[in-house]
Amino acid sequence: MSVVITEPHDHEEQHEHHDHKPGGIKRWLYTTNHKDIGTMYLIFALIMFFIGGTMAMIIRLELFQPGMQFVEPHFFNQMTTVHGLIMVFGAVMPAFTGLANWMIPMMIGAPDMALPRMNNWSFWILPFAFLILLLSLFMPGGGPSFGWTFYAPLSTTYSGDSTALFVFSVHIMGISSIMGAINVIVTIWNMRAPGMTWMKMPLFVWTWFITAFLLIMVMPVLAGVVTMVLTDKYFGTSFFDAAGGGDPVLFQHIFWFFGHPEVYIMILPAFGIVSAIIPTFARKKLFGYASMVYATASIAILSFLVWAHHMFTTGMPVFATLFFMYATMLIAVPTGVKVFNWVATMWRGAMTFEVPMMFALAFIVLFTIGGFSGLMLAITPADFQYHDTYFVVAHFHYVLVTGAIFSIVAAVYYWLPKWTGNMYDESLGRWHFWCSLISVNLLFFPMHFVGLAGMPRRIPDYALQFADFNAFISIGGFLFGLSQLIFVWVLIKCARGGVKATDQVWEGAEGLEWEVPSPAPYHTFETPPVIK
Amino acid sequence: MAKTSSIRWTLPTLLLAASANAAAMPLNMTRGVTEISQEVYSLHMLIFWICCVIGAVVFGIMFVSILLHRKARGVQPAQFHESTKIEILWTAIPVVILIGMAIPASKTLIAMDDTSAADVTVQITGSQWKWHYKYLGSDLEYFSVLATPREQITNRFAKGENYLLEVDRPLIIPTGKKIRFLMTSDDVIHSWWVPAFAIKKDANPGFINEAWTRVEEPGVYRGQCAELCGKDHAYMPIVVIAKSPDDYAAWKSGEETRIAQEKAAEQELLAMNMDMSELMANGERTYIAYCAACHQPNGAGLPGIFPSLAGSELILADKTAHIDIVLNGKAGTAMQAFGRQLSLKELASVLTYTRNAWGNDTGDAVQAADVYKVQQGEGE
Repeated sequence: MSVVITEPHDHEEQHEHHDHKPGGIKRWLYTTNHKDIGTMYLIFALIMFFIGGTMAMIIRLELFQPGMQFVEPHFFNQMTTVHGLIMVFGAVMPAFTGLANWMIPMMIGAPDMALPRMNNWSFWILPFAFLILLLSLFMPGGGPSFGWTFYAPLSTTYSGDSTALFVFSVHIMGISSIMGAINVIVTIWNMRAPGMTWMKMPLFVWTWFITAFLLIMVMPVLAGVVTMVLTDKYFGTSFFDAAGGGDPVLFQHIFWFFGHPEVYIMILPAFGIVSAIIPTFARKKLFGYASMVYATASIAILSFLVWAHHMFTTGMPVFATLFFMYATMLIAVPTGVKVFNWVATMWRGAMTFEVPMMFALAFIVLFTIGGFSGLMLAITPADFQYHDTYFVVAHFHYVLVTGAIFSIVAAVYYWLPKWTGNMYDESLGRWHFWCSLISVNLLFFPMHFVGLAGMPRRIPDYALQFADFNAFISIGGFLFGLSQLIFVWVLIKCARGGVKATDQVWEGAEGLEWEVPSPAPYHTFETPPVIK
Repeated sequence: MAKTSSIRWTLPTLLLAASANAAAMPLNMTRGVTEISQEVYSLHMLIFWICCVIGAVVFGIMFVSILLHRKARGVQPAQFHESTKIEILWTAIPVVILIGMAIPASKTLIAMDDTSAADVTVQITGSQWKWHYKYLGSDLEYFSVLATPREQITNRFAKGENYLLEVDRPLIIPTGKKIRFLMTSDDVIHSWWVPAFAIKKDANPGFINEAWTRVEEPGVYRGQCAELCGKDHAYMPIVVIAKSPDDYAAWKSGEETRIAQEKAAEQELLAMNMDMSELMANGERTYIAYCAACHQPNGAGLPGIFPSLAGSELILADKTAHIDIVLNGKAGTAMQAFGRQLSLKELASVLTYTRNAWGNDTGDAVQAADVYKVQQGEGE
């Protein structure tokens, strides 16, 4: 295929190839090291989590009582929109990419990601994407205010000029994600250590492998739809304008053809994380490894066949509606298989309950609650009552906050000793867990009731009957926001020092990442390990 | 600042009010007042209980495991894993449960889809941020807008019982008849939702959606727009009043007579001149009801989205163009064609008001006849 050209190295370069890294800002700007890039992704995601979280606090502040108190409706819409975009594209996705960067090479016994320079680039364009998005809030007319789903024609004919910035920002995020996904696939496909066969790969690697395919398939669809929004708004096309022969519902079909697989992009790696943590702390092998792999693949395939369940009220023909209802209900089956496998793994294990395990257990229960409300939403006649209410808000926050984000937090606690070489403060971690667990349920559980009682989503002001519940929800929201400060404290404390971690860190931990020293050296597996 | 004082004032009041209001919000989906809405409610409860049972079993096993199978109790981990039999079992059981749910859901869905043989057809058109109802086969049509005063929204007045759920002119339907609704929109996507009928259907610009209901009980039923439609999405409620067929017929013929009279009166108005103070007073009322949501009560607009009217070049320089844009709207923007929505008197007043308020001191009094001329394409 290619010829390897070996050039004589001078001493400096030789040195650099080993554990020495350039100092200061240059190290981070020029780095091609998967661990450095993973760290940057994770820190970036954390910053975005707090920026998006601040917007959520503004939303909850305004919703604390009926009437308009703090912000104008137009600004409120900007907050809901940008909160969604930041959390999806800025917090959850980069956090998973960061975990992939750190862990996948170490889990499969590879020295680094396959395409390290592209890896650097796919990270470094991200801050600019979000800078553009955030700065658009300061334009005359404000930032995007059409919801993170940017339905046309609200986002085309009726939007402000920040739409152009929004479109370019989403393009950059998409390019970053696609490059990240290509890197994951190429790494897993080509760089597994000898003996690391497909069915020996850790589930985190499997779930990310499948996620990467989803990303490559749907991010171009998102790029297409934002471009159509751009040309409809500025260049006179009528993709989504009936007056010119287009159709506003077409927008929703294209958007959700991206959007539904996107949902699984944000949850499949979480399944991988939980499938790593549960066996470790139960000191027992994962119950059904192969069926977990097949279930993940089934979910990924089904995710392409259910997009229109977000659109039951748009007036589709009844047979199309029936098809999407059945396909959506079917997703419950492989998802159920996963949950049953985790419980079967715990059964007759010897469990301990360190912070990663606590978050993983909370994940299983609360994600399943989100799954139940998802099943309810699939029942189309009932969906007519749930759709676009707080019931939906409750549903997707259960799967995204107590699902995706809890899994990310669990993963950080789980691998933090490997990254820093220090154990985190267990009692602070417990405070973080219990404060988060209680407040997140105060925040999101009552939303089910508010939605069933008839409160639409994305409104800054509401009828008086919803007042008490909203005040309660807001208090839950503020507490959840404050609880995350404990997390930052734990992270800083652990990065600065603490009890030295062993190589294996956790008594029941198995896998290549636990065989390298803690902290993991700058370069690992320069010679491939032997897989038994 | 007023904001800080309002929050200081509201915190204790809210805690006091909490117990008084607690009973007000139902904790479950409404059963509604139609056969379909009852079916939807039973489907909702069926799936809810199925989820509860599955949850109880799965979480039950999980919690037993957490209690018993902990290292602290000195247990040794078992070594079992992989069992094709069990995997097939816990794949097959959910499939059977799902089929059990899909059957009644499909039946209800197919029933909801049948809009044929309707007794009354109403066309519902959403626009930012109001609903328009047109009774097909009749001259009867009108706009329905939020009736809650701005002062309640900005917390200057105490909020009324139906805060944000009240409109100036509700939709009136007869009981016991099959009503077909045709939904569409003039601008962005809206969604017409009345929980008591279990109807939520998007109003898509350029397309028509259908839904139907048959309400047996006379009563007042409230709903809201469910699809984000811009700035005042929270402020476009729906009120439907179901009346007995006799009351409905009486109301309808009364309305039709009134519309005929109004049309005749409008012709008379063309010959009259209203005086400035009357025009300004009427105009301010109309402006607050129809224009202020975008252009703001002080005429300053919102920079970058809604243009300022105070000092507007178009208003100050070209009276005909001003009348034209109010009558016909501006394509490709949120500016609607108010010629359809307002009477000549209201149009003349609001034009006069915007030409003379906030330092736009043109001194012009726009009369109904001036508006009529532009409407007929004559200009000045």
